[in-house]
Amino acid sequence: MKFLRNLLDKQKPAFEKGGKYEKLHPVFDAFETFLFSPNHTTGSTGAQIRDAVDLKRMMNTVIIAMLPCLLFGMWNVGYQHHLATGKAADFISQFLIGAWAVIPVVIVSYSVGLGIEFYFAVRKGHSVNEGYLVTGMLIPLVMPPTIPLWQVALATAFAVIIGKEVFGGTGMNILNVAMTARAFLYFAYPGQMAGSNVWAYLGDEKTVQGYSGATALGIVAETSAKLSEDKTGLPFANAGVQALTSDAWIKGLFSDWNLFIGTVPGSIGETSTLMCLIGAVILIFTGVGSWKIIVSGFAGTYLMALLLNTLAINAFMAIPAHYHIVMGGVAFGIVYMATDPVTAAHTETGKWIYGFLIGAFTVLIRVFNPAYPEGIMLAVLLMNVFAPLIDFYVVDANKQRRKNRLKYATL
Amino acid sequence: MENIISIFVRSIFIDNMIFAYFLGMCSYLAVSKNVKTAMGLGIAVVFVLGVTIPINFVINEYMLKAGALAWISGSMKEVDLLFLQFIIFISIIAGVVQLTEMVVEKFSPALYGALGIFLPLIAVNCSILGGALFMVGRPYNLIEATTFGIGSGIGWLLAIVALAAVREKMKYSDVPKPLKGLGITFILVGLMSLGFLSFMGFAV
Repeated sequence: MKFLRNLLDKQKPAFEKGGKYEKLHPVFDAFETFLFSPNHTTGSTGAQIRDAVDLKRMMNTVIIAMLPCLLFGMWNVGYQHHLATGKAADFISQFLIGAWAVIPVVIVSYSVGLGIEFYFAVRKGHSVNEGYLVTGMLIPLVMPPTIPLWQVALATAFAVIIGKEVFGGTGMNILNVAMTARAFLYFAYPGQMAGSNVWAYLGDEKTVQGYSGATALGIVAETSAKLSEDKTGLPFANAGVQALTSDAWIKGLFSDWNLFIGTVPGSIGETSTLMCLIGAVILIFTGVGSWKIIVSGFAGTYLMALLLNTLAINAFMAIPAHYHIVMGGVAFGIVYMATDPVTAAHTETGKWIYGFLIGAFTVLIRVFNPAYPEGIMLAVLLMNVFAPLIDFYVVDANKQRRKNRLKYATL
Repeated sequence: MENIISIFVRSIFIDNMIFAYFLGMCSYLAVSKNVKTAMGLGIAVVFVLGVTIPINFVINEYMLKAGALAWISGSMKEVDLLFLQFIIFISIIAGVVQLTEMVVEKFSPALYGALGIFLPLIAVNCSILGGALFMVGRPYNLIEATTFGIGSGIGWLLAIVALAAVREKMKYSDVPKPLKGLGITFILVGLMSLGFLSFMGFAV
């Protein structure tokens, strides 16, 4: 550590006012605060905040909460690779193959995103914000493992510039940056992102006979569409579940237990509901993520699915409600995306409404929209758009209530 | 009944006037700085759409369409007044907007002041004439047309209050200078329609 400190101290004068690289001061500052705790303090007058939790520590907590998902995702990519190619392998080599596929995506996401952040910080002359540390980790986790790296770079650049920097940088964006990146890819290159494609990382090897890389949601959506087209009047009640357990290329791949643990094909970090719940516990315990959003999000998903169960017009509607929570990226989206403190609702009542509507809309989009088998991405984006409106009316109702109280108090 | 609900939901979310057809953008961008004003204009648009579309429907059905005048006498069967469609639609819209303006001025002078020139300009709000023309192009009956009108209005209202709430929040953002004002609003509307894409292709 001493060595690093000395190195930084030696370089410091060049980046100070009047130094050779004065303009690049934000870059130096970013590295210094990343490595050591900064020594600047608040002035003796004005607001005094006595708390060790600054933006940097908060973002680090989120990254720690994401680690279970990342590590599990790496292993799962390798596991799916060996399932798809039909070879046996031990735990370590599965993990290594997964890491070989995932780490480049992480590196590209961080280098492109941080490059843009540094550029804007230097240009605007403010210090580099730590917000991107989380976004840069979220972006790889919501990408399929087969994503070409140039697409990751393009999506990251789009999301960081158009989604965040033009609005004034960290803390000012309207839409969740990682979801913007994914939505951009989803609509620009649907070939790679739609769930009907092969999503397992293959490398140079071929798949085994009969392999289909479809995700659980893809299978259910397809079955549902087929049955409604046939109009054979089959009892729908179990058609979706039956398709999941029998239509998959390996019998029992999509049992609800496997879906919960996450040993199924899907985007890198989203498959495991269990790991997301571990992350949720970390977020809630440290107070970084709002438990209200997480609880109401899962409640919204479950209740809306139950409600549709009673209607059950097609097979997708009839699927048992707990499947909606374990399939696809609902858990990941609710735990890491919906709780983003910048784009979520800020009022406490608003958080309940916001989370609940995300869950409900996810199920609605999945069931009613044949174009998108997965709904969480668009549900989060949609509620990001409406979060300020929810806040406005919650604050407004509060004002009205207090006005009324005042009126009765003076009587 | 199912049909009515389907048209209602479609016109609010799926065929949203702003995010699916980009109609009525001028007042959408200009009057969305404040939620209260946006709400007022939105309600005015809902009212105007809800009133003009049924009126235009009746006029189109019994006066303008080819053979529509047959109810007067048999000899009028040949008459086709469709070439008058635009001019008649727009004058009815202008009349209803005048009425709305008088009502708003009488009952809410504050809102009247806040809306300013944009209240009379509802007459040339593309979403109103657009709604009337969509109605002609689709096989609606009177009840369906009214539902469509009110639904489109509510969709427009939802879009404008959402934008207004976001813009109120954005007052403190450090937006790059060249993008300040309308520039950032255009980008914002583009990103918002990304969220609304969730409804494209909804099967209702």
